Amino acid sequence: MTTEVGSETEVKKDSEQLGPDKAKDKPEEASETPGDQKSKETFSGEAQDSSVPAPTNQSSPSSQKKEKSSPESKGISRFLPPWLKKQKSYTLAEPKDEPKKKATGEEQVVEESESQALEGVAQPRKSLEEATENRQNAKAGDKEKHSISSAEIQPSKEDGKETEVEEVAEKKEEKQEEKEKRETKEVQTAEIKIDNVPQKSPKKIKTVQCKVMLLDGTEYSCDLEKRARGQVLFDKVCEHLNLLEKDYFGLLFYENSEQKNWLDSSKEIKRQIRSLPWIFTFNVKFYPPDPSQLTEDITRYFLCLQLRQDIVSGRLPCSFVTHALLGSYTLQAELGDHDPAEHSSDYISEFQFAPNQTQEMEEKVAELHKTHRGLTPAQADSQFLENAKRLSMYGVDLHHAKDSEGVDIMLGVCANGLLIYKDRLRINRFAWPKILKISYKRSNFYIKVRPAELEQFESTIGFKLPNHRAAKRLWKVCVEHHTFFRLLSPEQPPKAKFLTLGSKFRYSGRTQAQTRQASNLIDRPAPYFERTSSKRVSRSLDGDQGLVRDFSAAGGQAAGDKIIDLEAAGQAKLKEGGREEDESPLKTPQLEFTQDGKISSLRVDGENIYVRHSNLMLEDLDKTQDDLLKHQASISELKRNFMESTPEPRPNEWEKRRITPLSLQTQGSSHETLDIVEEKKQAEFGIEETLVVDETNKGKMQVATDAGETCKVEHVSKKDSSSLPSDSSSSSSSESEDEEVGEYHPHHRAIEEVIREEQEEEEDMKRKEHEENTQHVEAIPEGSKPVPVEHTQVTAEDLVQENTITVATEEKNLSEQIKQDVGEEKEEEQLKLNGDVSHVDIDVAPQLICCSEPPVVKTEMVTISDATQRTEISTKEIPIVQTETKTITYESSQLDGNAVGDTGVLVSAQTITSESISTTTTTHITKMVKGGVSETRIEKRIVITGDADIDHDEALAQAIKEAKEQHPDMSVTRVVVHKETELAEEDED
Amino acid sequence: MARPGRRRQPMGARRRRPHGNVPGGEPMGRGRAAGGAFCSASAGGGRASLAPLRRPRRASLASLSAALAARPSRPSPPSPPRSMAGLGGGLAAFGRCTHAVVRALPESLCRQALRSVAGPEVDFARAEREHQLYVGVLRGKLGLQVLELPADESLPDCVFVEDVAVVCEETALLTRPGAPSRRKEVEAMKRVLESLNLNIVEMVDENATLDGGDVLFTGREFFVGLSKRTNQRGAEILADTFKDYAVSTVPVHDSLHLKSFCSMAGPNLIAIGSSEAAQKALKTMQQMSDHRYDKLTVPDDAAANCIYLNIPSKGHVLLHRAPEEYPESAKVFEKLKDHMLIPIANTELEKIDGSLTCCSVLINKASEL
Repeated sequence: MTTEVGSETEVKKDSEQLGPDKAKDKPEEASETPGDQKSKETFSGEAQDSSVPAPTNQSSPSSQKKEKSSPESKGISRFLPPWLKKQKSYTLAEPKDEPKKKATGEEQVVEESESQALEGVAQPRKSLEEATENRQNAKAGDKEKHSISSAEIQPSKEDGKETEVEEVAEKKEEKQEEKEKRETKEVQTAEIKIDNVPQKSPKKIKTVQCKVMLLDGTEYSCDLEKRARGQVLFDKVCEHLNLLEKDYFGLLFYENSEQKNWLDSSKEIKRQIRSLPWIFTFNVKFYPPDPSQLTEDITRYFLCLQLRQDIVSGRLPCSFVTHALLGSYTLQAELGDHDPAEHSSDYISEFQFAPNQTQEMEEKVAELHKTHRGLTPAQADSQFLENAKRLSMYGVDLHHAKDSEGVDIMLGVCANGLLIYKDRLRINRFAWPKILKISYKRSNFYIKVRPAELEQFESTIGFKLPNHRAAKRLWKVCVEHHTFFRLLSPEQPPKAKFLTLGSKFRYSGRTQAQTRQASNLIDRPAPYFERTSSKRVSRSLDGDQGLVRDFSAAGGQAAGDKIIDLEAAGQAKLKEGGREEDESPLKTPQLEFTQDGKISSLRVDGENIYVRHSNLMLEDLDKTQDDLLKHQASISELKRNFMESTPEPRPNEWEKRRITPLSLQTQGSSHETLDIVEEKKQAEFGIEETLVVDETNKGKMQVATDAGETCKVEHVSKKDSSSLPSDSSSSSSSESEDEEVGEYHPHHRAIEEVIREEQEEEEDMKRKEHEENTQHVEAIPEGSKPVPVEHTQVTAEDLVQENTITVATEEKNLSEQIKQDVGEEKEEEQLKLNGDVSHVDIDVAPQLICCSEPPVVKTEMVTISDATQRTEISTKEIPIVQTETKTITYESSQLDGNAVGDTGVLVSAQTITSESISTTTTTHITKMVKGGVSETRIEKRIVITGDADIDHDEALAQAIKEAKEQHPDMSVTRVVVHKETELAEEDED
Repeated sequence: MARPGRRRQPMGARRRRPHGNVPGGEPMGRGRAAGGAFCSASAGGGRASLAPLRRPRRASLASLSAALAARPSRPSPPSPPRSMAGLGGGLAAFGRCTHAVVRALPESLCRQALRSVAGPEVDFARAEREHQLYVGVLRGKLGLQVLELPADESLPDCVFVEDVAVVCEETALLTRPGAPSRRKEVEAMKRVLESLNLNIVEMVDENATLDGGDVLFTGREFFVGLSKRTNQRGAEILADTFKDYAVSTVPVHDSLHLKSFCSMAGPNLIAIGSSEAAQKALKTMQQMSDHRYDKLTVPDDAAANCIYLNIPSKGHVLLHRAPEEYPESAKVFEKLKDHMLIPIANTELEKIDGSLTCCSVLINKASEL
């Protein structure tokens, strides 16, 4: 079984012998069959609690991620208290008793991840045994599994590329699911999907059969090398279609039969599509705003076919008259001139023009058809497009979402920007030039908007998507549309400058400008192509819902085809079904009107909202190094000022960056926090996980700080703009504000007041909303806060439970989610601030651990709520050393109540540092008085430096133990493990 | 029905039809716009209205061959689009109109008509005179087929026909006016629209309210003011009725209707008042739109309610408030070089929140269809 798959995975297998093989098989199986799932469960589950069943299966990607994380954690996990383990990472989840198991699970994971170093520890026997069971299954379908496995792995890699945040989110979810047994919808669907997936065995050949549903309703299939990138398939399809202007098109695949995803042509297919039958649909991806500028008729023809589908499915709503008119052009294109002799009265009913086609409409179509006499098919298509392009929903890609108030809305991405709909009404619009940044975090999607004419501050608006995948999908679509329609050439994936945790995804195809240029060079006689009759029943009738949508329409076709009645009937069905489906999104019950505010404009003031990870710096892209430096300089000045005004001890830069989430959560209770950082020189985990790459070096700390400052400034300014109460740092903030302005948005500042006047009402609304939001957020933490004392004393078990809740899935626990988000965001903010600002929100000083000097830092997020997210700007170009950083946080649930709104009074804070050969311990003690309750928090940061020689796990365990002994009356609420490792260069993809 | 017969006749009906397919012009309704926002303008009274054509600045009708594709250049009157499609006409067809529906004034309007601000009583005789001139312009000057509904004394506000129907292209939406006392006004309108063979959609949802005065059709999209008279549900139904177009909502707080302070003064040209509320609403509209509209800012909100027509033989035609009423605003209108300007006084109806667009429903009935 092992050898068959020659891919990366194989290598590991070989090295590992049986154990590894099993491991591989398991995961693979899981993705494929239900039975396999079990095995997988066992594998992952064994590590965890047996009581927690299904979760692991959920989605292969997530599981993989887990796996990724596992390697690091394994060592540590052994020593950690059970509750800690459980909470944060599944790997750790295992009770102490079963360290072995964990290890095993981890190993497996490790193995799974392709390129991971085989550091994999001793192989767990238990797991093996269990694995054996799996094996049986595996054996049955070795080949299949292999193929599958590879497929599985790839997606994970892909994911790895994406934002850490995302991963984190996923992990959280996973964890949650596992622990809680609550299954998120997402998860469920994933499972179902798995079940349904037919086992297709590509055999050893390494080729996979692909089916592509074309716009005319036909199917194209071909065999692809398993590792082929999307581009290969896409090119094949376009070649098959004889299509040269192909940049407007793309291949879709369905996830859970509901979610459509665009195949990224720059990545391997197997990493993107998780289930085996590779079925795609060929669709228009970017609707050209002016189809008349397309060079070739054949391109317009395909666009017409797409639009006919869109219309029939209801995705592109039009009025009766327009339906009739477009229908008449379709007839003209497909049938040619109206011929009374040939076209009997009912010739039209064989076609479908609208979701619900009436006799009256058909008559109208026929009537109009007669008026088109003389138009060639190409002309008719052009007329069709000229009319269709004016439809308000032309080229608008809709996504379901909720605004900050939980009101259902739709986000529409189009060539010009982002449209916000409530029901069928447009309630806001953000043109691309207005959008400074687009980001997503978990299931939240954010846009940072340029200040309005008279406004001074940028605002960030958040939306809630059904799940993080949806958020990511939306984000990607936005990035792609922006790039395609607004840029002359694609933007390079982010690399240096910002230590971005976000996805590195960028649109890699040609932009519209480029494709136009290219198509000007097209020099071939107009290709002949056959127009397919739209009468033909599309295969979507089969009932595949996912496909139905896209195929319901079918293309138009060469004139004169005789159609079968049956087909027509089928189409009718389609209309109904498809239409309903598609329309539903548009129709939503509630009509309350809210202005911009509706889209809950979360002004950034809430530190909560500003997320810096995935950056789409639209207008700021061109910031030069000089600018950055200058900025930093100014910032450092600010920082100085700030520091002077700040009583708190300042942790080192790294620490600051890592501002502990704890601080947020701790208020109201006293805990002892352990931040443990482990630094290793060797990379132990899979490549897949790598998320962030940045330039950093020794100077990094400084740089980072500066960056952090900047963020802070922003943040502060936001605050100012909002009506939120100012914090202690406000004074400093104002200073920083100016600085910041200079850097990023020089023009906007002065204006703000004006705006307020003019847009008072709007502003007010926004503010109100904002406030509401804030309150909402705050409320939650408070709720959890009430009994601070209890928190401290909660038993491990309780803690675990609480944590679980914390991790709550977005869908299920909105409030929880929000809480978390807020917390996280705060963390982020704090991180950015590098601790300077931290006191603003919180009492606690950030704890940090840091370790590396290398310029390139890869950060792996294992934790959700931890402060792993940071934004850094590095100025110096330094020798590149790749480092991998992992942060794992084990935290008790108590912490959850974030202190968002809570500002306790800081009574005292002190920091003590001690060093030994390989470890540096920093103890930070903070006393706060909040609501009459005084809380003492002790945070210890232990930096363990050294090579692999050192037993980090041991050291960690020791540290925890000591901490406990030292403060018997306190409880450990959080353990953050931050591991940074040097990596050899690896290919991420 | 106070004086039913006599003067009423001339009310012209104007239609602004956007070609068969083309979307009708903005003029759907009347906007009772002027109402709340401004105060009284009694100045120019009837007289002003008399001066019908204020010298078309450049009424060169002929020059109208507008290019469809081009973005709406305000000045050139569009020529009929060749495509019949609904959307087709685009701007070129904007303001086209063949028919106008008007309604005579009931005497009850003097005392019973709704008004946002208490003020001087309406001089009925003068109001009628002004209205006759209004209708006369539509019918006589512009050659529209004017369909005049008889007044109904039980419906004091019935003269403001714009509020009860929104007509765009071949489709008419009969509204559910926000004021309960006005709901019955719809019946007569329904009959007359049916007689024109329009596709009629009735707003039956009891939770929905919509006054035509809150509906601004720009030729490419709708803006619906959410006011005391119009709610989101009403806007939603409008969106469902006119699916081809984007429908954006605009909050309206200080005035009766959205069109109390704005209207279309040409293809792609929005006339807007200078008040804070008006400017704010404009900003909202600009933000929501994919198109860039030119704006014509006039000092008086009430004067920003004007009627733009694209009459084949006359080109751009603009009915605006008389200089006697709003001299400063009139000066602004007079700067429109390519429009045939027709000042019309509306001093009396203005007292009860009536504005120019309020008093007619313009319909563009494609002859072919």
